[in-house]
This record gives sequence, C-alpha cells and structure tokens, in this order.
Amino acid sequence: MIRVQQEDFDIGAEIAGLKAGRGDIGAIVAFVGTMRDRSGDHAVDEMTLEHYPGMTEAELQRIESEARSRWPLQASLIVHRYGTLRPSDNIVLVLTASEHREAAFRAAEFLMDYLKTRAPFWKRESGPHGARWVEADARDRAASTRWDKIKDAAE
Amino acid sequence: MRLLYFAWVKEKTGVAAEDVDIPAHITTVAELMAWLKTRGPEFDHAFARSEVIRAAIDQAHVRHDAAIGAAREIAFFPPVTGG
Repeated sequence: MIRVQQEDFDIGAEIAGLKAGRGDIGAIVAFVGTMRDRSGDHAVDEMTLEHYPGMTEAELQRIESEARSRWPLQASLIVHRYGTLRPSDNIVLVLTASEHREAAFRAAEFLMDYLKTRAPFWKRESGPHGARWVEADARDRAASTRWDKIKDAAE
Repeated sequence: MRLLYFAWVKEKTGVAAEDVDIPAHITTVAELMAWLKTRGPEFDHAFARSEVIRAAIDQAHVRHDAAIGAAREIAFFPPVTGG
C-alpha cells in the first residue's frame, strides 16, 4: 500500500495495522526518514515538499510492485508526506514484512533507494541564508543503480 | 496538450500548468523542450540547462528521446529529491 499525505504518521499504529490478524509475518522492517536542521554548512528552519499529484501515487505503486516482484513480502507500506515540515518532523515511512528478515531488510533498502531517485518530490529548504531547492545527490543515484547491477548479475 | 512544470522549472517559467497547441513537426521530448525555449525569456531561462531537466509522459518517467505520440500530459521537472 502507498499513501501520500500532508499529515504526520504514527509508526506504531502503522505497524499494528500492517500485521493485524496476520500470522504469516515473521519480520517487519521500518525505515523512517526525518528532517535535519542542517544542510551542509547551512542551518535549515523549514522545508517544503512539492510533489506531482497523480504521478507520485503511480510511481510509488510501481516502485512497490517492483520490490514485491523481487522479494517474497507478506506486506508493505510506503507513506510519504508533502507540504511544510520542520526539523525532526517525519518525512517518509517504509514498512516491509516478510516471513524471514532478509527479504524485509533488502526490500526496505531497495524501496528507499528507488524512491529517492524516482518518486516525484522536490524539497525546498529555507533558513537564515534564504531559500533554495535541494539538489539531487549523486550518492542517491549510485545507491539506486546498485540494484540494477544485482539484477543484471542474477540474469 | 497539457504541460506541467514543477519545482524550479515552474518557478522560472512562472507557470504551473497550461494547455498548449504543439506544432506538428515536434515529435520528441527534446524537440519539445527546444521549442518551449523559444516561447519567451522565462522559458528560455527555465530550459537553458535542458540536459538536467527530467520529463514524464502521462505520469511516467521518459528519456529526452522519447516520442510524444498521443501524450495527454507532459511534465518537466528537476531531478527528484524526495525521501
């Protein structure tokens, strides 16, 4: 499941919802991305996340389907926020559930790596030095392509 | 055709969304961006570094050499920075 929302999420409630009535789940991995109060040398007071309504949901669904085709997951959830956030606020939640932990660990990492380079969100940070659009990080691109290599190597 | 712009591409063009009649000879995303540049100083500025701009046709990522075909909606935006 995927959700795109302005409001915060409750990690405990999301995990409880994911495993309610499920006896087939043996491992749940949760990743939470939160907002930092610094970006390089600059202090950041506020961040606004813009997104592309319609494509965001479609892309998150494609990313989730890809993960579920690669690993045996019992359940998965991506929740991504948009709008104005402040330091320490939650940004994104990824939950993956599987029978044994390896699939859940790897799928959660894959979901985050793919989301970072494919989901149409853009961050604009503001602070004492003014406002700026965050630039894409080459390390995120590299983190995403390593999964392509794993797939190629397996083929 | 519906054109959408996001983040700094939107800021520079000054437009979030518009319906545009695209000349028949424009067949790819790259050609469309080159044509958009000719629509005034704001568009020229927004698409000056068109190689870094990403595009989506009908809400799916595409490369610059992708054919526009029967697209209903084409979006232009910087590399994404979510997560």
